[in-house]
Amino acid sequence: MSHKSAEQLNAEARKHLDALLPRKDALKPKERMAIPAQEMPAQDPAERRRNVSEVALGYSQEQARLEALRCLQCKNAPCIEGCPVRIDIPAFVKAIADGDYQKSVDIIKRNSLLPAVCGRVCPQEVQCQAPCTVGKALKDVDKAVNIGRLERYVADWERENQSFDVPAVKPETGKKVAVIGSGPASLVVAADVRREGHAVTIFEAFHKPGGVMIYGIPEFRLPKKIVQMEIDTLAAMGVELRTNYVVGRTRKLTDLMTKDGYHAIFVGTGAGLPKFMNIEGENLIGVFSANEYLTRANLMKAYEVGKADTPIMPSRKVVVLGGGNVAMDAARVALRLGAGEVHVVYRRTEVEMPARVEEVRHAKEEGIEFHLLQNAKRILGDEYGRVTGIECLRYELGEPDASGRRRPVELKGSEFMIECDAVIVAIGNDSNPLIKQTTPELNVNKWGHIIVDENGRTSIPGVYAGGDIVLGAATVILAMGQGRTAAKAINEYLAG
Amino acid sequence: MMTVRAPLIAEERKPGQFVILQLDDNFGERIPLTIADADPVEGSITLVFQTVGKTTHRLALLSEGDKIENLVGPLGQPTHIEKVGTVVCVGGGIGVAPLHPIAQGMKRAGNRVVIIIGARTKDLVILEDRMRAIADELIICTDDGSYGRKALVTAPLKELCERDPKPDMVVAIGPPIMMKFCAETTRPFGVPTVVSLNSIMIDGTGMCGGCRVTVGGQTKFTCVDGPEFDGHLVDFDNLMKRLGAYKKQEDMAHEKCHLEMEMEMEMEKRNLKLET
Ligand SMILES: Cc1cc2nc3c(=O)[nH]c(=O)nc-3n(C[C@H](O)[C@H](O)[C@H](O)COP(=O)(O)OP(=O)(O)OC[C@H]3O[C@@H](n4cnc5c(N)ncnc54)[C@H](O)[C@@H]3O)c2cc1C
Ligand SMILES: Cc1cc2nc3c(=O)[nH]c(=O)nc-3n(C[C@H](O)[C@H](O)[C@H](O)COP(=O)(O)OP(=O)(O)OC[C@H]3O[C@@H](n4cnc5c(N)ncnc54)[C@H](O)[C@@H]3O)c2cc1C
Ligand code: SF4
Ligand code: SF4
Ligand code: FES
Repeated sequence: MSHKSAEQLNAEARKHLDALLPRKDALKPKERMAIPAQEMPAQDPAERRRNVSEVALGYSQEQARLEALRCLQCKNAPCIEGCPVRIDIPAFVKAIADGDYQKSVDIIKRNSLLPAVCGRVCPQEVQCQAPCTVGKALKDVDKAVNIGRLERYVADWERENQSFDVPAVKPETGKKVAVIGSGPASLVVAADVRREGHAVTIFEAFHKPGGVMIYGIPEFRLPKKIVQMEIDTLAAMGVELRTNYVVGRTRKLTDLMTKDGYHAIFVGTGAGLPKFMNIEGENLIGVFSANEYLTRANLMKAYEVGKADTPIMPSRKVVVLGGGNVAMDAARVALRLGAGEVHVVYRRTEVEMPARVEEVRHAKEEGIEFHLLQNAKRILGDEYGRVTGIECLRYELGEPDASGRRRPVELKGSEFMIECDAVIVAIGNDSNPLIKQTTPELNVNKWGHIIVDENGRTSIPGVYAGGDIVLGAATVILAMGQGRTAAKAINEYLAG
Repeated sequence: MMTVRAPLIAEERKPGQFVILQLDDNFGERIPLTIADADPVEGSITLVFQTVGKTTHRLALLSEGDKIENLVGPLGQPTHIEKVGTVVCVGGGIGVAPLHPIAQGMKRAGNRVVIIIGARTKDLVILEDRMRAIADELIICTDDGSYGRKALVTAPLKELCERDPKPDMVVAIGPPIMMKFCAETTRPFGVPTVVSLNSIMIDGTGMCGGCRVTVGGQTKFTCVDGPEFDGHLVDFDNLMKRLGAYKKQEDMAHEKCHLEMEMEMEMEKRNLKLET
């Protein structure tokens, strides 16, 4: 695919829009479906692979309005069913077509607190855009209405054009709520509970708040200033933020209630325990978990070579194991840190890759090489304990497994070598065990995920949980949705 | 040595635990340091550190009243302290600092505590008075014989193991190479030996896996499963290699023979821990 510049895309959109806008409410479905799906303007791949600025540049106003005109305003709105927090999609899209961006963003904010984030990182192709009528009619989910991009457009418009209103806070109730962790689930709980007039303190283990949105997802996909703004808004609402505070260590969970007088607690500590493959050579120098690699790069700013005190050793040839968003991020960060070659090794095919389609495409455009139906068998090192290569096996797809995906089966005797000097293991995360270890009365399942009821209640009265610590490694929007539910339950609990 | 105001940490900390600190929010490194002592009434903790690199140097330059930008803790599993009989505490170089609260705890639990302090030379012996106050028996060794016995800590450790009754437990903290040889010394006698590992860390909460070590063939995270482990099960060679990961040794001549390389690693580790 040839790369079109933002100017080109905008000019093309303007041409169509000039023709259609005067009759915007009278357009027939056929005419709407004939409008080309608007491509996301992006930095030129050749340039962006060496910088950390955002890759996707966002629609122009013309592109956004034209894309919004593609929506058929279906009565049954199947798209809403696909959105985990049930945003009124036809309504916000219509507002964009009408040029009323404030109205549009207000509609979104009834259901989602972080549209600038979700518009960027939601796996839309399997959520809201999957059932879209336009995509179905054109027999291509890529041609569905680009709901996520439109959501991002109005969220960005609000941030850039509007002085942000701090949400109103009801009079103080004298009740105190502790929110543990500062990922998306926690941020939503903090906002929703604070709005009811309860005092809220966020406790975060790291020195910066934001959870995976800060230390995991890289700048080029989610600029840190967007997350920071959400946190600034919370601070303006009077939410107290305590960083460098590890609940379970600095204070035990239940002590927050018994010693410090918190009336309710929300646990949103995420899925921060990297899985390893348990293969030979995994502790060699140059083998990282994706979490370590990304934390060094994002939070500790290893990309600012010379300034940052926490380096990542420079690598010539990097192999990333895994096929999810984490793997894509690690691979693309490695490229930006100067690796000559980056190879992604995944044991199924591209169809089964859990990563967002857009990220896989961007990774390919940037020159990352994919090795599908292959998997690591062992990692080899030299006499100094440094990685020199990785031995892989080829696979084929067999019968579907419990997840419904076809199970990869190894091909005996198909071993081969990839020479490399760094290996990043990105095969997923388990739940962080810290709180569980020091709070035995908290019930967890066999994966260590906290067990909650449909209102986010745990086995300890007054203690709620949500996000990845409940779901296992999931998504920002699901974490947010759980936060919403728990916040509602907390507010009811405190009122009662 | 440095005393830091940290009321919450002072209240919660137990022997064997550590903190992670960072001097600059944006670009600073997060470094782990053991809590050598704490005063919950005053709300302060004591850190003892060796200036080895940029962060510890900058830390040493702080003066009274200065602030440490980020300090998080207490981290790690506390030492398992119980009355077992006789406990030998072996501290090498700066390792004496983290050993102090453990020796203190062991003594309070009613154990007979024998302390061995090892250092390269007399000037590098630290916390001697505090340790003397705890110990039923104190042995000091220096590599160069400038103070106490001229020996490595493993020599008196071996003699203690040969006594009857032999010690019930050994706690060894110091450079990895020292801990490795302490574990080798006690192994034939079957004396349980606890070591405290100083792997490279970032978050200290089990999130990054950077601190992983091989213990009994399994991967463990030093920051949540440790820092203390059974010295007879730790893969010290892997630990030492990983500790060296960020040293500028890429250009080290590859033609160097294996033995020479290994000796250099040992020397380097000793200097790292024992030099001021
Ligand atoms: C590299 C990467 C890329 C991703 N890409 C996408 C994507 O494109 N789209 C998408 O939807 N999702 C993506 N995800 C998943 C998504 O980020 C998570 O599902 C989401 O952030 C989970 O939110 P959370 O609120 O549960 O917790 P998290 O965001 O995980 O935050 C938990 C916070 O709690 C803190 N904490 C942990 N333990 C303690 C404690 N004991 N005391 C105090 N604080 C503690 C942690 O430091 C952390 O800040 C990605 C994840 C990763 C790692
Ligand atoms: C649980 C634990 C407890 C510790 N307690 C003490 C203590 O009480 N007193 C003390 O003097 N030292 C202690 N250390 C070691 C101390 O953390 C390192 O000396 C310090 O990080 C060096 O930082 P620097 O910037 O001054 O040196 P750098 O120039 O960054 O590094 C010098 C050397 O220190 C080691 N190192 C670097 N970064 C880290 C890191 N993040 N974690 C561990 N080691 C690292 C490496 O081997 C490196 O080669 C402890 C380490 C651990 C893991
Ligand atoms: S929140 Fe996510 S799923 Fe819902 S409409 Fe927005 S992009 Fe789609
Ligand atoms: S399904 Fe698609 S076309 Fe129909 S209302 Fe939703 S976004 Fe519009
Ligand atoms: S320091 Fe990150 S997992 Fe231990």
